[in-house]
Amino acid sequence: MNQEFFENTLRTPIEEEKTKLIEEFAFFDNWTERYEYLIDLGRKHPPLEEVYKRDEFKLSGCQSQVWLVGERVGDRLLFQAMSDAVIVSGIIALLLRVYSNRTPQDIIDTEPDFIHAIGLDSHLSAIRNNGLSAMLKAIKGRAQSELD
Amino acid sequence: MDHNFAKEKVADTVSSYKITRIREDFPILSTMVHGRDLVYLDNASSAQKPRQVIDRITEAYTMSYSNVHRGLHFMSEKATEDYESARDSVRAFLGASSNAEIIFTRNATEAINLVASSWGRTNLRVGDEVLITYMEHHSNIVPWQMLRDEKGFVLKALKPKKDGTFDVDSFKTLLTDRTKLVSVCHVSNVLGTVVPVFEVTKLAHDVGALVLLDGSQAVPHISVDVQNIGCDFYCFTGHKLYGPSGIGVLYGKENVLEAMPPYQGGGNMISSVSIEMSKWADLPSKFESGTPAIVQAIGLAAAIDYMNDIGLDSIAKYEQELLNYATRMLDLVEGLTIIGRAYDKGPIATFVLDCVHPHDIAMIIDQQGVAVRAGNHCAQPLMDLYKVSATTRASFAMYNTFEEIDMFVDALKVVRRMFA
Repeated sequence: MNQEFFENTLRTPIEEEKTKLIEEFAFFDNWTERYEYLIDLGRKHPPLEEVYKRDEFKLSGCQSQVWLVGERVGDRLLFQAMSDAVIVSGIIALLLRVYSNRTPQDIIDTEPDFIHAIGLDSHLSAIRNNGLSAMLKAIKGRAQSELD
Repeated sequence: MDHNFAKEKVADTVSSYKITRIREDFPILSTMVHGRDLVYLDNASSAQKPRQVIDRITEAYTMSYSNVHRGLHFMSEKATEDYESARDSVRAFLGASSNAEIIFTRNATEAINLVASSWGRTNLRVGDEVLITYMEHHSNIVPWQMLRDEKGFVLKALKPKKDGTFDVDSFKTLLTDRTKLVSVCHVSNVLGTVVPVFEVTKLAHDVGALVLLDGSQAVPHISVDVQNIGCDFYCFTGHKLYGPSGIGVLYGKENVLEAMPPYQGGGNMISSVSIEMSKWADLPSKFESGTPAIVQAIGLAAAIDYMNDIGLDSIAKYEQELLNYATRMLDLVEGLTIIGRAYDKGPIATFVLDCVHPHDIAMIIDQQGVAVRAGNHCAQPLMDLYKVSATTRASFAMYNTFEEIDMFVDALKVVRRMFA
């Protein structure tokens, strides 16, 4: 797993991380600023190592593709993910701040309500077919399988 | 002088076209999206519905609804009359010779599956060939792959020329005396290419093959006459033609349909049933088992009436002007490449933009009220051929305007700025 990525994943408590995210987005006055921020996050988001860009890690959307890799480190689950679309990668970056480097129980207990609070919930809908809802489902599924 | 004359002709086409009246007929076009005017350029996915279609559906459910072909009561007779009259509208729309040749299906996909299951399963065997193209929608690829795996025939696919033009020379070389069926789109849903269906049909018939045309992207834009084309099957879906979803059409030559076994068994498609055996109903009922999509068929006929009122030729001319204008404007956007530049094109503009994923484009212009399609357009083999994983597609309809194209292009410029 990408060491730099691992170290950069700070372990702020989940609730605190969600609040921080909502505060970050409260800054923006309009959609342009919100999306420019997402584009920025998407571009800065560390790309997945080439070895993981294989079909077995791919969550297919018809419109954009998402790759997701999970690994257990100690009592926590670490996720790396990326999309070929920048804005989707930006939203992935937000989701991973909340869901990666957490215990399986925390992952299962956490709903993506913060995405609604920052006005991006439509992107998580399965009908968007952009791979994000599949990613969230896969993250939760992996957490569940760790507990089973 | 010639140039001015051409310009005048363009102006005539556009100025005599009652665009304001047409737009007023489509209630959804006056909705706001994210606080902006809706600019709906996803018509090749599905077109919006005029009030005349919506009202006709309401009227059918309100005034004259029952099951069809069954009851000996007033409502059933009225509903049957309306349903059969819808078939007659479709027959006239396609230029078919008899109502027996018009089968109502759920959509074009079901129409193709009907031909594959019924005609294909009976007539195709090891050593035979079915010829499709790389431009097909998945609906005209997958049914043939499934049947090929069952029957062992060879499925061949024709590549378009680089600019998207249908390659008649390659087509000729792929046709052999083993070709039993040529199944191609009339207009490509990605490249917009209009397939030369007259020539294709003639060449296919010369080697003894039947011809199935998927006209889903053609009928909203081109006046079609199946007898003139000479094809054996022609299908389309209703929802791209300003009609309801859940209704499609398969046209088949009467002698071809007569010789085919039924597709699905059930009520309506039989003339008699005993516990030992059944006898099939006559055409077209033989292929319409169970309760059909009654009101959807009636709604489709209302859509056809609406198009005829506007005039198929005026719609076609107006849409070509929209396409020409959109092509000119898109060509001016830095870093934009249009995929599909056939000379004869339906009103579809598919493109890629340097360094910006189609999904990102669609999201940013959606925020500005513009609806387009981003993705593989259910045509993955074609995406592979052009070495792109996805594209963005703007597709135009009779109610789009030149101002909307300006708004769309302006929205793309915002994308460029944000991704700069």
